[in-house]
Amino acid sequence: MKAIATLTRPERGTALLLSIGLAVLGLVMAAVARQGVMATHGMMAVALGLFLSVALAGAMNEPEPPADRLHRYYDAPTRFGIGLTLIWAVIGMGVGVWVAALLYWPEGTPPWPWTSFGRLRPVHTSGVIFGFGGNALIATSFHVLQRTSRARLADSVSPWFILIGFNLFCLWAASGYLMGSTQSKEYAEAEWYADIWLVVVWVTYFVLYIRTLARRNEPHIYVANWYYMAFILVVAMLHIVNNIALPVNLGTAESFPVWAGVQDAMIQWWYGHNAVAFFLTAGFLGMLYYFLPVRSGRPIWSYRLSIISFWGIVFFYIWVGSHHLHYTALPYWVQTLGMTFSVMLLVPSWASAGNAIATLNGAWHKVRDDATLRFMFVAAVFYGLSTFEGSFLAIRPVNSLSHYTDWTVGHVHSGTLGWVAMIVFGAIYTLVPQLSGRETMAWPRAIEWHFWLAVGGTLIYVVSMWNAGITQGLMWRAYDEGGALSYSFIETVEAMAPYYLLRTIGGGMFLTGAILCALNCRATFRDAPALPDTSERPLSPQPAE
Amino acid sequence: MSAHRDQPPEVDPVTGYDTTGHDWNGIKELNTPFPRIVIWALVITFVYSVIAWVLLPAFPWGRDYTRGLLGLDQRELAVEQFRKMDAVRQDWLPRFADADYAALAGDEALMAQAMPAAARLFQDNCAACHGATGDGGPGFPVLSDGYWLWGGDPETIAETLRYGINATHPDTRIAEMPSFNWMSREERAAMASHVAGMLDGRSDPDSAAGVSFVENCAACHGEAGEGGLDIGAPSLIDEAVIYGQDRASVMRTLFDGRAGVMPAWEGRLSEAEIGLLALYVSGLSRADAEDAQ
Ligand code: HEC
Ligand code: HEC
Repeated sequence: MKAIATLTRPERGTALLLSIGLAVLGLVMAAVARQGVMATHGMMAVALGLFLSVALAGAMNEPEPPADRLHRYYDAPTRFGIGLTLIWAVIGMGVGVWVAALLYWPEGTPPWPWTSFGRLRPVHTSGVIFGFGGNALIATSFHVLQRTSRARLADSVSPWFILIGFNLFCLWAASGYLMGSTQSKEYAEAEWYADIWLVVVWVTYFVLYIRTLARRNEPHIYVANWYYMAFILVVAMLHIVNNIALPVNLGTAESFPVWAGVQDAMIQWWYGHNAVAFFLTAGFLGMLYYFLPVRSGRPIWSYRLSIISFWGIVFFYIWVGSHHLHYTALPYWVQTLGMTFSVMLLVPSWASAGNAIATLNGAWHKVRDDATLRFMFVAAVFYGLSTFEGSFLAIRPVNSLSHYTDWTVGHVHSGTLGWVAMIVFGAIYTLVPQLSGRETMAWPRAIEWHFWLAVGGTLIYVVSMWNAGITQGLMWRAYDEGGALSYSFIETVEAMAPYYLLRTIGGGMFLTGAILCALNCRATFRDAPALPDTSERPLSPQPAE
Repeated sequence: MSAHRDQPPEVDPVTGYDTTGHDWNGIKELNTPFPRIVIWALVITFVYSVIAWVLLPAFPWGRDYTRGLLGLDQRELAVEQFRKMDAVRQDWLPRFADADYAALAGDEALMAQAMPAAARLFQDNCAACHGATGDGGPGFPVLSDGYWLWGGDPETIAETLRYGINATHPDTRIAEMPSFNWMSREERAAMASHVAGMLDGRSDPDSAAGVSFVENCAACHGEAGEGGLDIGAPSLIDEAVIYGQDRASVMRTLFDGRAGVMPAWEGRLSEAEIGLLALYVSGLSRADAEDAQ
C-alpha cells in the first residue's frame, strides 16, 4: 500500500470516509435487492469498501509525505492506472480471442450459461473499450495534464476515487453480463445503478481536470488537453442521454429505457458512434499529441492544423451516428445527413493523421530504430486508414454491401487494434520507464517483438475480415437467373470458416503482444532503482529546452 | 508561481518554419501556414454534401422534410426492387402452386431450374431442424431415407408442410405418444427391452412384454410394431428412428411421452414454395436410393 504513503493524514481520513461510504452503499444495494445481480454487485462494493477501509485504517499513522510534495507532480495514480490498463488488456483481449475461436469452433462452447457467446461478447467489448482504453485514457490524462500545465493534480484523493470508482463500474458491467444482466444497448449494456455510479465518477473526473487546468503555470492550454476535455465532457453527455431508464423497481437490475422505437435506435447510435468519436478517438488524439512529440523530440508540425482539426472533429462527428442505420426505419433525410457529414469528417481526421506523420519529419531515423515511436507512427497511419474506411462505409450504396457483414468488424478493429491500442502501447512504453526512474524498459528487445506481433496480428485480422465481409455481402445479395437466392444463409456462414480461423490467429498474436507488454511493465516497475520517491517528481522548474 | 511567458519563436532547422513560441514541457509547435490541400478537401467534400442535400431528402422542415430533387423514397425503392425480382420468378415459381405434382415432376426443364432454388429454400427454412441435406438429428426425422411417418408422396408432404405436426394451425396433424409413467418401473424396463429387440427380431411376442405391447401399443404402432397407420406413430421394426430405439431412449420415451413439433408453414411460405419444397423433399429419398445403387 505504497499509494497510501503519498496521502497526508487528513487525506487518509477523507479516503477512509469514502471507503466506508462505499461499503454502506453496497450494503444498501444488497439489502434492497436481497437477491440477484444487484445484490451480488452490492456485496462486491461492500468487499471493496471494507478492503480499502482496513488498508487505510492500518496505514493511518504511517509517516506523512514531505511537505514539498505540492511542488511535485503526483504520479502514483498514473502508475496505478497503467497497471489496471494492462490487466484489462489481458482480460478483454483474452475474452476477444476466445469468442473469436468460438465463432470458428462453436461446438467448443462450454455448457454453462455464463460461458455462452452472447454473454462473453460484451465482456470483450466493455473490457477492451472501457477497461483497457478507459484506464489508459485516465492514467495518461493525469500525466499529460500535469506536464502540460506544470501543475500538480488539484487534490490527491479524487484521482484515486476516479480510478477505483471507474474500475468498479467496469467490474460491475463485466460480471453483470456474465450473470445475464444487460440493457441490450451495444457498448452501454451495464444496468441503471452502474450507469448512475459512472456519472458520479465522471463528474469528479471533469471537476478534477478543470481545477487542475485552472492552476496551470502555462499561458496557453495545450491541444492535448482540449482533446481530453472533449472526451470527458461529451462522453458524460452521451452516457447520460442514452442511458436514461426507469428501473422496474429500486431493488432489481432490470430497467426500461425511456426511448422507444426508431428514436431509441437513433439515440443508441448517436451514443455508439460518438463513443467511437470521443472515447476512442478524441481521448487518444490527446495521447498522440503529447507522446508523439515527446518521444520523437520534434515540434508539432502545424499548430493551426491541430486546432482546426480539433474543432472539425468535434463539430462533424456529432452528426454522423445515423450512418449506422442506413436502409432502416430511420427516415431517409437523417441517413443523408449522417452520410454527408461522415464524408466531410474525413478532412479533419486526415488533417490530424497528416499532422502527426508530418511531425515525424526529421525523426525518421528514430522511427526506424525505436519500436516505441514506431508504435505511434503505425497508430497514426491506421488512424488515417480507418477514418478513410469509415467515411467510405458511411456512403449509402457502399453500406448496402458492407452493413451487417464482418467488414464492419474489420473496420472497427483496424481502428481499435491499429490505432487505439498502438498509441496506448506507445504511450505506455514511454511512460513506464519514466515512472520507474529508469532509462529504458526492463526488456527493451521485447518491445520489438511486441511491435511485430501487434502489426502482424492487426494486418491478419483486418485483411481476413475485409475478405470475410465482402464475400458475405456479395453472397447475401446474389440471385440466380430465375430470381432465387444463389446461396442459402448457412452456405454464407460456412464460407466464413477460413477467415474466422485467420481472425483468431491474428487476435491471438495481438493478445500475445499485449501479455508481453504487461510482463515487461511489471518487470520494469519491480526493477525500479530505489529512488527516494520515484512516483513523484518535481515540477520542471523551467520549461525544458 | 506566475505564468510563464511565451518564448521567442525559433526556426526549426528541419522544416525551416518558425515555432509558435509556446512550450509545454518541451513540446513546441511550428507556425506552419494552413495547408491549402486541406482547404480544397473541405471544399470538395462540402460541395459533395450540398449536391446530396439538394438531390436527396436531407433536412427536417416543420413536420415534413426536404424531399430532394430526385424525389426518392426508400420504402418505394425497396418495394420496387422486390417487385422486379419477383417478376423474374413469375416465369416458373407460380406453377408449383398447381397441385398436379406428377405433371410438374415430368417437366424436366422446369425441374432443372427449380430444384437448386428449392435446395436453398430448404436450407434457409428447414435445415435448422432437419439438417442441410435432410439427414435429421435426434428428435428430428430424417427426410432422405425413404421411411415416412405420414407419407412420402408430394401431396402428403405438402399437407404436412401446410398444417404442421402438433403445430398451432387449426388443421394441424396430431401425433402424440402418450406417457406410460403409470406402468411400474419393471414393466417399463421389460417393455423397453422388448421394443429395442424388435429391431432385429430378438423379441418374443408371447412374453409378458409382448402381450402388453399388443394391449397398449398396437392401436397406434400396429400389431407387430410395423406402423403405417397414418397417425404419425412410427414403425418400430425398421431402422428409421426419431429419438432412438436403444433401451435407455425407449425408457425415456415411455416415461415422458413424445410430441415433436413440426411448424405449420401456411402463410409463412407461399403455396408455390410449399409445392416446390414438397417435390424437393419427396425427391430427397429417391436421390439417396439412387446414390446407394
Ligand atoms: C422447428 C423444427 C422444424 C422445422 C424448422 C421443420 N421441421 Fe419438419 N419436422 C419437425 C419435426 C419435429 C418433425 C416430426 C414430428 C413428429 O415427431 O411427429 C417433422 C416432420 C416433418 C415431415 C414429416 C416426415 C414424415 O416422415 O412424414 C416433413 C415432410 C417435414 N418435417 C418437412 C419439413 C420441411 C420441408 C421443412 C421446411 C419448410 C421443415 N420440415 C421444417 C421439425 C421441424
Ligand atoms: C396414442 C398412440 C400411441 C400409443 C398408444 C403408443 N405410441 Fe408410441 N408413438 C406414438 C407417436 C405418435 C409417436 C411419434 C412421436 C413423435 O414423433 O414425436 C410414437 C413414438 C414412439 C417411439 C419413438 C420412436 C423413435 O423412432 O424414436 C417409441 C419407442 C414408441 N413410440 C414406443 C411405444 C410403446 C412401447 C408403446 C406402448 C407402451 C407406445 N409407443 C404406445 C403414438 C403412440
